[in-house]
Amino acid sequence: MARKNSNPGETQVQEELGGVLQHAEATSVLLRELVAHLRQNRTQLREEWARRITEAQLLTAMSKEEVFAEATSVYDNYVEALETGTFEALQAYARNLSERIIPRGVETHEVVGIVLLLRDVLARSLFAKYQADFTKLNRILDAYEPAANRIANTVAVGFVQERERVIRQQQEAIRELSTPVLQVRERLLILPIIGVIDPQRARQLTEQLLRGIRTNRAKVVVIDITGVAAMDATVANHLVQTVEASRLLGATVIVTGLSPEIAQTIVNIGVDLGKMNTVGDLQGGIEQAERLLGYKVVPQAAGS
Amino acid sequence: MEVPILKQGDFLIATVQAALTDADLLHLRTALVQHVVRSRSRGVIVDVTSLDVMDSFASRTLRDLDHMIRLRGAETVIVGIQPEVAFAMVQLGLRLEDVATALDLEEGLAYLNQKFKSST
Repeated sequence: MARKNSNPGETQVQEELGGVLQHAEATSVLLRELVAHLRQNRTQLREEWARRITEAQLLTAMSKEEVFAEATSVYDNYVEALETGTFEALQAYARNLSERIIPRGVETHEVVGIVLLLRDVLARSLFAKYQADFTKLNRILDAYEPAANRIANTVAVGFVQERERVIRQQQEAIRELSTPVLQVRERLLILPIIGVIDPQRARQLTEQLLRGIRTNRAKVVVIDITGVAAMDATVANHLVQTVEASRLLGATVIVTGLSPEIAQTIVNIGVDLGKMNTVGDLQGGIEQAERLLGYKVVPQAAGS
Repeated sequence: MEVPILKQGDFLIATVQAALTDADLLHLRTALVQHVVRSRSRGVIVDVTSLDVMDSFASRTLRDLDHMIRLRGAETVIVGIQPEVAFAMVQLGLRLEDVATALDLEEGLAYLNQKFKSST
């Protein structure tokens, strides 16, 4: 660095600037050294890491060979990210990895765990290498830590994002599974509800049912909620509203398949189901509906 | 807008043709309550198919109408509430409790016929 200027202020600025530049330069030099070290000891460190992963009982959903194969590619990507200082490749790899391992039930803590383990394994090898020269070790760690943190961050965030994407996709798929309004007999509809009901779906259900009542000229509707696992106050109120609205169209609603848990919840919440017609199961519901409509189902006599 | 009231056998049929003001509703109620005994009708059908809004005043008037008609010795059925109207009504808490409802005019007539057949 040239320091010819006599102006003290400027000198100081230049010195600081020089310091920063020097520091950045030093960091890249150190990282290069670090990368060389990691490349040299690739086999040994990689094995050490895979061993620690097994020891910590992470990635138990994968076989030993798979863990080792993934460990190898994570290791190489890791070293590359350290070397180039760019994270795009690593990000893409993390996404790809997450895509592969999420369906196999790998949890977030496992992914974060293995990245932190790698960080630990590498830091230990640096300690071992530079233990004689404490200042050098310090500088190496100064260069290594921020990069390693960023890598861990990138991988973890990539995993969580992928997970969230999967969840969103599934939610959409569930929403798109329309609930059918089925006609079983003239003027008798059934509406089997399966899965989680959120306010949006409840609204959609009600609209579909009311339209169904109108087009099929239904007099009785059986709503079967055997497939509904849980019900909160909002959903229970929606159900009551659906029943009321159907009545305004001149249709009687029979609700079937209330589980013991839902029955308890509803009573505890205090939703007024007094005006609701409930029957234990779908069969009973259809039988009662047939009675209301004046149907009588008689088994054919044998031989006739 | 005046609502025409037609006599059909034992029943009176009032078909709402367009949106009604509060005054129209009260007028309809009075006319029906007067008419029902004069024409010796046993049932009244109010057809609201063409209404796309039912506010609290309208539903209260219809409920009162039902109670008054019952006091005059006849039955009332409200027919033709649209699905969207029904949904909006329950969301507003307008439930038309105790008032008989049917899908359309045909259903309303069937309901009344059934009712009087079983009572005689």
